[in-house]
Amino acid sequence: MSAITLIEAVNMAIAHEMGIDQEVVVFGEDVGINGGVFRATDGLQEKFGKERVIDTPLAEAMIAGIAIGMAAQGMKPVAEIQFMGFIFPAADQIISHCARMRNRTRGRLTLPMVIRAPFGGGIHAPENHSESTEAIFAHIPGLKVVIPSNPSRAYGLMLAAIRDPDPVIFLEPKRVYRIEKHEIEDNGEDYPLGMCFVDREGTDITLISWGAMLHETKQAAEKLATDGISAEVIDVATVSPLDIDTILESVEKTGRACIVQEAPKAGAVGSEIAAEIAEKSLMSLLAPIGRVSGYDTVIPYYRLEKQYMPKVEHIVEEVKRLVEYR
Amino acid sequence: MTTVARFEIKYLQYMDEKGRFISNDAPPAFARDLETLKQLYRDMNLIRVLDQKAYALQRTGKMGTYPAATGQEAIGVGFGSAMNKDDVLVPYYRGQASMVQHGVRLEEVLLYWGGYEKGCDYEFAKQDFPIAVPIATQSLHATGVAKAMQMRGEKRCVFTEIGEGGTSQGDFYEALNVAGIWNLGVVFIINNNQWAISVPSKIQTNCETYAQKAIGAGIESVQVDGNDIVAVKAASDKAAEKARNGGGPTVIECISLRLCDHTTADDATRYRPEGELDDGWKKEPIVRLRKYLESKNTWNKISEDIMQKELMEQVQKAVDNYLNTEADEPQAMFDYLYEELPERTLAQRELAIARGAK
Repeated sequence: MSAITLIEAVNMAIAHEMGIDQEVVVFGEDVGINGGVFRATDGLQEKFGKERVIDTPLAEAMIAGIAIGMAAQGMKPVAEIQFMGFIFPAADQIISHCARMRNRTRGRLTLPMVIRAPFGGGIHAPENHSESTEAIFAHIPGLKVVIPSNPSRAYGLMLAAIRDPDPVIFLEPKRVYRIEKHEIEDNGEDYPLGMCFVDREGTDITLISWGAMLHETKQAAEKLATDGISAEVIDVATVSPLDIDTILESVEKTGRACIVQEAPKAGAVGSEIAAEIAEKSLMSLLAPIGRVSGYDTVIPYYRLEKQYMPKVEHIVEEVKRLVEYR
Repeated sequence: MTTVARFEIKYLQYMDEKGRFISNDAPPAFARDLETLKQLYRDMNLIRVLDQKAYALQRTGKMGTYPAATGQEAIGVGFGSAMNKDDVLVPYYRGQASMVQHGVRLEEVLLYWGGYEKGCDYEFAKQDFPIAVPIATQSLHATGVAKAMQMRGEKRCVFTEIGEGGTSQGDFYEALNVAGIWNLGVVFIINNNQWAISVPSKIQTNCETYAQKAIGAGIESVQVDGNDIVAVKAASDKAAEKARNGGGPTVIECISLRLCDHTTADDATRYRPEGELDDGWKKEPIVRLRKYLESKNTWNKISEDIMQKELMEQVQKAVDNYLNTEADEPQAMFDYLYEELPERTLAQRELAIARGAK
């Protein structure tokens, strides 16, 4: 057992599954000898051969379309879109076909496939490399959208995504690819999809987040604790389908909710969570539902990136407003 | 300057519009078997009867929008008859001829256009893809299926059809490109019926042929007379054999003419030049094969009448089954979304059931 980063955990999970299941194949741009631009597939081609770790031509719709064809034949493709900003040529394939094949064929053709993509901002990347557009896919019935927040979760959720009988969009928060290490045993134990994780128990407010923002959220909870505010922290992990029960249970206990997301505020995953809380747990609320998010703007080039990103102090400030709300 | 590469596109036609073998090339072996030609003739007629019935159903409010394939029967029947049972078909939306040829039941075609998802749950063509409505997306699925076959060392191949308008889409080029690089066993059929709804070929491409689009992907291609089922089948047989044996992809452009509206929702008189249809009906695929069979004294009015009656009965039976199909229960919307419906959607399912009862 060794301490590994989130991206190494992604790699370990894929390698584990390739080792035990011949149907698992990896492909995408630069995933072969280069091991992916972030090294998510580092060493896989060496280990499993060019037949199963395939460098594709530079065409995202093709990557998704090929995955659909292979999955319909019973293979388990793990396809990489190099950055989520480049996923849109593949959106037609993902939304119009990938999400619908089981339904439209009444279960005759199913697509056990994973499309993984690094996403989110904060690494001073060029334009179109920093968006958080998870809500677009979370809105589509027939897809599952999974976002790990740390190395252990990346390992367990990636295993589950590959094993899942339905298509999974697996979004990797690249800002935290290497921010922390976890001791992970490569034992093949997966985490369930469609389940939130309660990362910290608390009594005054529920903080709900996912992906990279979970790190700011946890730091905010620490800070709040020193100020005498006890925050419960939930890692949503699967943004679709949402495990809303765990969130509601927590909010009904604490009486307050604050959602923290990197994405723009409007029409986002946080909006859906807020609406569910308002619909089902309104009478438990002691304060309005709070949201700390990116602005409803195009994410700026990196000179202004810092000013776009939600920060620990923003969360703390919003939580204090909610706790003090009368 | 020197020339670094040179290309040419061949055109294949065996039988002219008068039903005469005119090619200098010897006809393929199957074309010497009158029973085979009679079967192909019957199969083409079946699709025409199906289309006529479907149109009538739509006009009387018993069917949704439907795209007939009138004038293009030789293409789907021709390449469909080149497919083995274990090959995989990835059709386009006007693909009923090849679909039926490869085992999709007539009533499944009707169910699909009649608004039932179960029309895509093929009883026999188990691995075939359902129709892809977003244009050209199917080309990529075909390459994925072929990649799986290649990785498993299977001697099977994939056929996928597309309209000439569809070849303007990026997905088509991406599919050709990867099929060429990976040497995939895909046969790309371009059904060039000369119209993409109201847009004629001269607005669709600056190429002399659609077949030459394969050149940019390093793929072998040929243009055939899509009204000549002998040519369509011969080219498809050859391409299929090559694809199954590791020889890689082929593009076959089949030229026909859409003798019908785009769909039941279209009115081609708004854009079709005068005289085009009269000319088109002289070249259409069914009549020329009939002329040939008659010239061989193996077909006459009596056999024609018997066949038409049998086809009518066969299609009517499918229509009856279609019309007697019970609507899905409302919960069917939920029951095939995922292997297991997410817990949070269960309440909506219950709601749909409750509302459905009212």
